[in-house]
Amino acid sequence: MEQRGLGRLRLPGLLALLAALGVLVVQAALGRRRAQTPRISASRNQNLWPLPVTVRTTPRLLYLSPGNFFFGHSPTSKAGPSCRMNNNGLKICFNFSHTGIMPIFFGFDKWPLGSDNVPRKMELQKLEVSVIMDPECDSFPSITSDESYNLLVQEPVAKLTANRVWGVLRGKFFVVSLLFSSKEIFTANESNIVDSPRFPHRGILIDTSRHFLPIKTILKTLDAMAFNKFNVLHWHIVDDQSFPYQSITFPELSNKGSYSLSHVYTPNDVRTVIEYARFRGIRVLPEFDSPGHTASWGKGQKDVLTPCYHSREPSGTFGPINPILNSTYSFLSKLFKEISTVFPDKFIHLGGDEVDFHCWKSNPAVLHFMRNKGFGKKFEKLQSFYMQKVLDMISAMKKTSIVWQEVFDDEGKLTPGTVVQVWKKRNFHMKLRKITAAGFPVIISAPWYLDLISYGEDWTGYYLVEPLNFAGTPEQKQLVIGGEACIWGEYVDATNLTPRLWPRASAVGERLWSHQDVTDLEDAYRRLIRHRCRMVGRGIAAQPLLPGYCEHEGRM
Amino acid sequence: MAGSTLRFSLLLAAAFAGRATALWPWPQYIQTSELRYTIFPHSFQFQYHLSSAAQVGCSVLDEAFQRYRDLLFGSAAFRFPHPIVLTTGPLGKLLIVVLQRTCDSLKSEDTLTINDEQCLLLSETVWGALRGLETFSQLIWRSPEGTFYVNKTDIEDFPRFPHRGLLLDTSRHYLPLSSILDTLDVMAYNKFNVFHWHLVDDSSFPYESFTFPDLTKKGSYNPATHIYTAQDVKEVIEYARLRGIRVLAEFDTPGHTLSWGPGVPGLLTPCYSGSHPSGTFGPVNPALNNTYEFMSTFFLEISTVFPDFYLHLGGDEVDFTCWKSNPDIQAFMKKKGFGDDFKKLESFYIQTLLDIVSAYGKGYVVWQEVFDNKVKVRPDTIIQVWREEIPVKYVKEMALVTSAGFRALLSAPWYLNHITYGPDWKEIYLVEPLAFEGSPEQKALVIGGEACMWGEYVDSTNLVPRLWPRAGAVAERLWSNKMVSNLDFAFKRLAHFRCELLRRGVQAQPLSVGYCDMEFEQT
Repeated sequence: MEQRGLGRLRLPGLLALLAALGVLVVQAALGRRRAQTPRISASRNQNLWPLPVTVRTTPRLLYLSPGNFFFGHSPTSKAGPSCRMNNNGLKICFNFSHTGIMPIFFGFDKWPLGSDNVPRKMELQKLEVSVIMDPECDSFPSITSDESYNLLVQEPVAKLTANRVWGVLRGKFFVVSLLFSSKEIFTANESNIVDSPRFPHRGILIDTSRHFLPIKTILKTLDAMAFNKFNVLHWHIVDDQSFPYQSITFPELSNKGSYSLSHVYTPNDVRTVIEYARFRGIRVLPEFDSPGHTASWGKGQKDVLTPCYHSREPSGTFGPINPILNSTYSFLSKLFKEISTVFPDKFIHLGGDEVDFHCWKSNPAVLHFMRNKGFGKKFEKLQSFYMQKVLDMISAMKKTSIVWQEVFDDEGKLTPGTVVQVWKKRNFHMKLRKITAAGFPVIISAPWYLDLISYGEDWTGYYLVEPLNFAGTPEQKQLVIGGEACIWGEYVDATNLTPRLWPRASAVGERLWSHQDVTDLEDAYRRLIRHRCRMVGRGIAAQPLLPGYCEHEGRM
Repeated sequence: MAGSTLRFSLLLAAAFAGRATALWPWPQYIQTSELRYTIFPHSFQFQYHLSSAAQVGCSVLDEAFQRYRDLLFGSAAFRFPHPIVLTTGPLGKLLIVVLQRTCDSLKSEDTLTINDEQCLLLSETVWGALRGLETFSQLIWRSPEGTFYVNKTDIEDFPRFPHRGLLLDTSRHYLPLSSILDTLDVMAYNKFNVFHWHLVDDSSFPYESFTFPDLTKKGSYNPATHIYTAQDVKEVIEYARLRGIRVLAEFDTPGHTLSWGPGVPGLLTPCYSGSHPSGTFGPVNPALNNTYEFMSTFFLEISTVFPDFYLHLGGDEVDFTCWKSNPDIQAFMKKKGFGDDFKKLESFYIQTLLDIVSAYGKGYVVWQEVFDNKVKVRPDTIIQVWREEIPVKYVKEMALVTSAGFRALLSAPWYLNHITYGPDWKEIYLVEPLAFEGSPEQKALVIGGEACMWGEYVDSTNLVPRLWPRAGAVAERLWSNKMVSNLDFAFKRLAHFRCELLRRGVQAQPLSVGYCDMEFEQT
């Protein structure tokens, strides 16, 4: 690979880190460091969300008529028509600009002369897509996937250039975003966009255990994620309340542990989600949270949970996973073997949060085990013992583990490279400092629990969080690989997920994609209001930010 | 309410027997048993009893029969499997007796009797019959094999308060007609009977006036797409009528009127900065005769378009800053001898307006400020209490309003647009509208309340899940006996009712963790 690729914003340090995690693919085409602040040169760019690294716009107005506009591959592109991925990506774009054209564009700037009077030399006729390097058409996106792209809007042919298909996916929505419509005429300013993400891990957490989310709802969420350049679906698939994941190895888990037999994700459903996500450059990160949050596992798997005792007798209730039995680990080993095959992503989320020690404390066999192991009264040590065994299993499967912050809190000997997700809001900056000082990569969620709703414009609070605003060395900052907006499911299901998530999550989306200096709230308001209307036009029921209206609403 | 305690213990005992737990809001008196009857959808009929004053041709009931058939059996009616074991004989029809032909009465009492001899719905008015039909529909349940059943049941029911309202705001965000009609459906499921339509406000003027078309042309968000035409308004009124719901139209003045300005030059007060007009506008200009001529003509139209006896005239949150800045207003104040008391100016405006509206034979509802600012109003004015803490706690305000002899509507604790994390319906549910210090006569002046869904952050994308089932908590408070206030009992029924709403296609959000057999399907 000799071509010079596009610039990337993230520094070599991060890549070194990722290499240390064993997830770095050879990336010969890294460009020079780009740290310039974003430029937004004309009001027209009020349409863009999240804001690209650089936008240069001239006052020159180009126009496009839907009937006379084509998408195509550049002859030099490494991703030709056989790139299913790319075609599909283009098809999404193409469909937008044809079948659903009216709803998704805006009606601000009317072409003054009417459609018959457009000078030919100002017509935009084609968007040509060019992938410079091995396009990775048939692979899955990963944390090192290159999402950078250049978009040059000029007549007669606009050019979208990217190192890989992932960049094409990120760029393509901006083609649409740049356009303004008035009935049949769309206009765009001549412009040049150079763009790449600030953080490589930009996630949305959905919880399908507290409430089951129908597949359609998940796919809709993936669409909206792509519109906001999110690239990780963190699927908190099971928890205390229900076990909707249908395991091939242990079918009883969902047979007995799901809410009902129709509240289940079959292997085919899971494949559908993964493939749908892949076409949008989104990774699917499965979470099977243990040893706590596992009440639903007990229904379909005998002896996996700890029996709780009440005055020397089993009380009939159950606690966390039973960490003292060999059978527990052989079960988990088989289950995670399956999961590591079903989910192609390099990462598996193991949970490890909020383990309640009461039940362990009540159980004589557990106490006996503690004595034998010399754990004293420290149940944290028992939890660490458990987590370490599971972490070892995952390493043996050549996967990387992500855990909730408690696993680090509890001073477990964490396998180097294990990613820690920080979720407790109190003093989270301090926690970031400690975890990164110990050399572990982190994902931030603490300020972004979107299920915690309140009256008014709470998105500004999410927007103004600066992930790297903690005391630490540049090396420590490099360990922050990104963040996730979490929409936990206690009070959320298919009826209210979409309006609760969007556009509030969009605030997080821009924070994780755009430059650190993009913090002007007034500008964010202007752009987000339009972005929200664009989402509504694309069939995402994103709720309003303020009193006002969208041109194309009310057809939901 | 004599004897209500005894009745209540009876009804609680009955409540845990079988399917009655599906009822929302809870009826005044119910007796039910384990004995059940089968219902065959293809042959089941709603039928007028021979002695009924209402017969075929009564549009309200004719259409209701059709609606409830569809709701209950849908298209399943034709592939209905035959039951294997019959507990008792099948139930062939529900006989309806309506005693009064007239449809004016607000009262809606009804008796629903389902036993071996009869399945009878007896009610004073057609409106009571509508409420009874809803109750009947909630009693019917389906076995896993698909058979429809109804248990032997005896219900006597009537509302605790006659005014059970829901406010929608179509100015801050436009709500498509379909959103409004869908809301009316769900209101009927909850036995709400007043749709308070806050049609216009500062943000936009979507009501299409035929006397002053410029109001809409210049004041709506988009005069082509974001308006309610005369036809739309008629449709809302008729759709509501068929569900026993009154449409209470609100045209809020003199504040909250920015959107009126572009369409009626001179209507709003020009604000001054120093000695020059600043280019901004304040409330309606109360100093000009033109203003009252305009209002006179405008409200003549409104009085004609909206058939309900009551109009809502607003009167809340008038900001005096602009009036204070304007020299013409100051001169007017001096002329009238109002001194520096702008409340007197506000009173002057409101009184003039009230006189106009009463001349059209209408009654009116106003927000509490009109009362707080001591505007002299007619004794039959209804005061809507909306402020939680200021100037006094709403409980105190209810006492003040009623001790002055006015009828009161409660909304303060029921602002559903205010959202918080978790099961906030409980707090909404536990509000007791009569928990203020006052005589029985005062309590009798509380005619009901309204759940309000203001539109600053609400439009058709999030209206339905934000409204339901939370507004259901208000609905039961206003319909059921005061003593129906056990949260566990309410939770069980409301969770069940919420699933029933999903089955009926309503995007009602969850109360807690769990699931419904039929989940909401994304379109």
